Amino acid sequence: MSMRLGPVMVASGCGGTGRELAAFTDLVGLDFVTRSITLDPRPGHAAPRVVETPSGLVNAIGLQNPGLEHFLATELPWLVRAGVRVFVSIAGATMGEYADLARRLSRAPGVAGLEINIGAPDQAGSDLFDVREPYHAASVVGAVRREFPGDLPVLAKLRPDASRIVEGARGVVDAGASAVVIGNAVPAAMPDGRPGGLSGPAIGPVALRCVAAVTEALPDVVVIGGGGVASEQDARRFLDLGARAVQIGTALLHDPTTVARVRAALTREEDPA
Amino acid sequence: MADDARPLLGPLHVTGEVLATKKSGAYRHLTITAPGIPQRFRAGNFVAVSVDGGRLARRPLWIHRVKESGAFGPTLDVVVGVAGPGTAWLAERPVGSRLEVTGPLGRPFALPREPVACVLVGVGHGAAPLFPLAERLRERGCAVTLVVAAPDEARLLSALEARRSARAVTVITGDGSVGVRGDVRTEIAGVLDRADADVVYAVGPHDTLRAVAAEAEARGAWSQVALEVPMPCGTGLCQGCPVPVVAEDGATRLVRACADGPVIRGDRVHWEALS
Ligand SMILES: Cc1cc2nc3c(=O)[nH]c(=O)nc-3n(C[C@H](O)[C@H](O)[C@H](O)COP(=O)(O)OP(=O)(O)OC[C@H]3O[C@@H](n4cnc5c(N)ncnc54)[C@H](O)[C@@H]3O)c2cc1C
Ligand SMILES: Cc1cc2nc3c(=O)[nH]c(=O)nc-3n(C[C@H](O)[C@H](O)[C@H](O)COP(=O)(O)O)c2cc1C
Ligand code: FES
Repeated sequence: MSMRLGPVMVASGCGGTGRELAAFTDLVGLDFVTRSITLDPRPGHAAPRVVETPSGLVNAIGLQNPGLEHFLATELPWLVRAGVRVFVSIAGATMGEYADLARRLSRAPGVAGLEINIGAPDQAGSDLFDVREPYHAASVVGAVRREFPGDLPVLAKLRPDASRIVEGARGVVDAGASAVVIGNAVPAAMPDGRPGGLSGPAIGPVALRCVAAVTEALPDVVVIGGGGVASEQDARRFLDLGARAVQIGTALLHDPTTVARVRAALTREEDPA
Repeated sequence: MADDARPLLGPLHVTGEVLATKKSGAYRHLTITAPGIPQRFRAGNFVAVSVDGGRLARRPLWIHRVKESGAFGPTLDVVVGVAGPGTAWLAERPVGSRLEVTGPLGRPFALPREPVACVLVGVGHGAAPLFPLAERLRERGCAVTLVVAAPDEARLLSALEARRSARAVTVITGDGSVGVRGDVRTEIAGVLDRADADVVYAVGPHDTLRAVAAEAEARGAWSQVALEVPMPCGTGLCQGCPVPVVAEDGATRLVRACADGPVIRGDRVHWEALS
């Protein structure tokens, strides 16, 4: 499937509602993944939700989001009007919820694609569908793909676990995923022991290892890399290993112009006209 | 409550430069060029500053004042109190250092339409955003009472400067080193009565804000509190700064302190749920 992507995308949960980025980035044509949206509103976890660790952040946001209905009524139309290419990240507690989300989003005008959050680092600590086994992930992708139009991409976002990433990527692609996103934050703990996810430069090499494994073993699979990307050089490492695009999350929290900067640098090199 | 007449412009992310640095008691005042940010400032806005050493969270600081300083164009002042490694690094920045600065951020204080009686309460560095607020309110003909409080004299923001910005100034220190010996939580009722306050603004620790909001409400006065909660990004992107507020319908919802606040109506904050 041919797919226009990136080369830079805003990673899920790190771009606010999108509006907050308008001051720092041209939104027109921006590939933007929303924070994960669930069927019902979720209040998220208690504070503190984000702590700083050396060259990283550990977050336990708990997927705070307003729920699908509110998202469709307010956030999505704004993003579409602003010219953003909206990839809606979805998360569910059951397979049925994933399918429901996909069905209702398939009728929402302006959605560029879906990203299935099946590698959340704190799944064990939350009430999300348990996808520890690759066949669970594949069945979620299959359920979503059946409900969502075939000409729009469905991205499957996986946990950067080097020991299982190839198997996981193969499973979701066989089940109908258009591309794999590698990867999510790395399972970690908040200082008080609550489950969270480690992100930022600290995990860059971990994600790179997983991307390398997949592009080597499955050269036909479209891979979107992410984890610790903060500069053109970081992005190039993923692209040079065969990733089609990169996602930027934590770096935006540190410098909200990162996506604009990296996008400009990469595009400059691509068309030296 | 009315807003300033200038159109609201979004924040900027710029590389600034430290133009001057001055120790004042326990604080360090930094004067920074941050092109474009001073022009957009409203009282109650803050900046998010990056610190070194692979520390990714931003450090939020109130904008204390904006100044016209000739050659460099408008500059902004921040007041840094050392609380940990990030603020220690900031306090040590020599003149000429570069700083990554994002701002102005957050919802500013709302200003009353009528020339009413206002009481402004700031604890420690929390008094920083109140000086420019006091000036704005005076321009509108409001009677301004400023309460500057701190545990001790070293953490008291300039009372002298306060007297230039407000009609009446009350100084409260925990150890009695200057002004009244005591605590805002116990003194505030008397201050509000004497000033016959219609509107109360407060910045400081949560328990102080809660007490001020309660005393204001008891007198039928409006209160606006500026909350300091950890803000990983400060720009509304991460949802890492939740504040529970009680909506009109009585339900509690979480808002982002950085983008939906940090100034919030005192009677809206769900204080028991604020961790
Ligand atoms: C809107 C706002 C305005 C502020 N204005 C000022 C000011 O004008 N002057 C001043 O001295 N301080 C101010 N603070 C507090 C200041 O931001 C913190 O003291 C500072 O971030 C601590 O960083 P650190 O590395 O020194 O300490 P650490 O305790 O090591 O910080 C660790 C982490 O926790 C966060 N954190 C810790 N305490 C606080 C806190 N009280 N508020 C917010 N984040 C915190 C830090 O940002 C950092 O991410 C303000 C806070 C907010 C939210
Ligand atoms: C504050 C925060 C919130 C996040 N929220 C989500 C989310 O809702 N859904 C999701 O799939 N990933 C979420 N992530 C993971 C990021 O999208 C990204 O995959 C991960 O942080 C690694 O990339 P980075 O190092 O560039 O941040 C979140 C990350 C952070 C730091
Ligand atoms: S600090 Fe990130 S949203 Fe408020």
